[in-house]
Amino acid sequence: MPRSTAPSRIPVLPLSLALAVLLLLSLAGGVGLGAAGVGWTETLRFLWAGLTGGTVRAQDAALYTIVWEIRLPRVLLGAVVGAGLAAVGVAVQAMVRNALADPFVLGISSGAAVGANAVILLGAFAGLGVWALSVSAFASALAAMALVYAVARSPQGLTPLRLILTGTALAYGFEAVTTVMVFGAARGEAARSAMMWLLGSLGGATWAQVPLATVTVVAGWTWLRWRAEALNALAMGDETAAALGAGPVRLRREVFVVTAAVTGTVVAVSGAIGFVGLMVPHVVRMLVGADHRRVLAVAPLAGAVLLVWADVLSRLLFAPAELPVGVITSAVGVPVFLLLMRRGVYAFGGR
Amino acid sequence: MRLDIEDVTIEAAGSRLVEHIDLTVGSGAFVGLVGPNGSGKSTLLRSLYRALRPAGGVVRLDGDDLHAMDARAAARALAALPQESFAEFDFTVAEVVAMGRLPHRGRTAASDREICTRSMERTGVTHLADRGFPSLSGGEKQRVLIARALAQQPRVLVLDEPTNHLDVAHQLAVLSLVRGSGLTVLAALHDLNLAAAHCDVLYVLDSGRIVASGPPQDVLEPPLLAKVFGVRAHTVRHPETDTVQLLFDLLPPTT
Repeated sequence: MPRSTAPSRIPVLPLSLALAVLLLLSLAGGVGLGAAGVGWTETLRFLWAGLTGGTVRAQDAALYTIVWEIRLPRVLLGAVVGAGLAAVGVAVQAMVRNALADPFVLGISSGAAVGANAVILLGAFAGLGVWALSVSAFASALAAMALVYAVARSPQGLTPLRLILTGTALAYGFEAVTTVMVFGAARGEAARSAMMWLLGSLGGATWAQVPLATVTVVAGWTWLRWRAEALNALAMGDETAAALGAGPVRLRREVFVVTAAVTGTVVAVSGAIGFVGLMVPHVVRMLVGADHRRVLAVAPLAGAVLLVWADVLSRLLFAPAELPVGVITSAVGVPVFLLLMRRGVYAFGGR
Repeated sequence: MRLDIEDVTIEAAGSRLVEHIDLTVGSGAFVGLVGPNGSGKSTLLRSLYRALRPAGGVVRLDGDDLHAMDARAAARALAALPQESFAEFDFTVAEVVAMGRLPHRGRTAASDREICTRSMERTGVTHLADRGFPSLSGGEKQRVLIARALAQQPRVLVLDEPTNHLDVAHQLAVLSLVRGSGLTVLAALHDLNLAAAHCDVLYVLDSGRIVASGPPQDVLEPPLLAKVFGVRAHTVRHPETDTVQLLFDLLPPTT
């Protein structure tokens, strides 16, 4: 028997504010911590100089570059990616009506991996220079999205089961292509960076990636937050959604396109960072309940904080070498998740 | 509000699920739709709450074409209890009822809350407000879903097997709750005695077509029940209320 969940829910506004403050502190922490020891006062001074266009002494130029050109864009991108994965995770779970789905269940990340590895391993799109990786990853994510959409479509529109099955099946296909490329590549270092990309890493972050990723994630999140009530209806069932005037067929199509675009963008800049998009929605639901208006207000902030710290760990644990951040999110996420599940507060899908 | 189904035909994957249905529910009337499994009851109801679009014919609400209306405007006029039941997400009862306000978005949160509170009072689920919907019993769930439908402030209510999985007391409670709502109601029902006791008019659906309609005592005649349901029916009078009750046996093999 499912236990009654007389939920002790945390009010959203204080929680969001607390997370926002925590995020700001995490951003500062993420910039201040790293393999190259830069003191906190110096870090803050460099940040201040960067923000206000101030001057830095010549002998500090190297450290300033580390803080402003390497760490800050990386930390910001980490926050944006974490927020995007968390928001998309919430929406995908509602869209396929399955609490175990994550942003990658639609096969989009595996598709993006094909494009990214074509660049890493085969040197494709060399003409695009530093943009080759992101552009190729995003283009193949879109191609994967179109393919999944075309295959999953039925006279009833995109049904949840067809979406999951199609996404999963095509993901295997994309992964096979990637594996063939990795095995075919002669260069060991290339295989290593392909691996890094498959597990997700923020190591390649540059300022150039930040604005586009930020705009996409914020726009996607805004849209999802705006449709949060309709997502509630969709989560209850297509017939319920229809009866409530939410137009489930069209809504699912829109959610698919929005989540695919955000996933494609996020994966293009950071690879497939696992677990954030699965775990954050769950943890947030445990804290604030299932109502998507509340979940979508909190989840992106939680995802951002989580990924910023996961990235800090990935840089520090084996410094100067780096772990793929996806390893950290899994290593931290799995036990936390099991612990929360065992506490039994959360009726897992009512069963 | 009056509901008119005019010559409605619904197709799926090339086959006709229901054909040329004409059905009228007068304002404030409680009309029952009965028929064997697979006769097309749910299909017809789905087209009313716009989960399906008819291939032919028109559904009218007070004369207006339902499928030409804006989806939210339609949901403000007509609420439904579909049969589906997903429990993947742990919404509370209060949250489920609040979903009924979705088609009314743009009003103030305070009036929304008050309407939801009143809907829950009417169906007697106020004490369940903070419970997780998936953890409720079948009867509680059904009452919560009726509260959600009432929160839509509709004028027509469409119910697909509202008494499914409910014990006798809950079956009666749910139907009198609906009856007492004063709304125009069209309900698909399995239990013919329940249908006879609660409905003003019954329509009998068989293989996608209406084969009989009228007041329950006129419609539920043994020859028709034999033909449509394949059962032998006896009518007896209820010793206290004097209403007609049906008793059933399987028809003897014909060959």
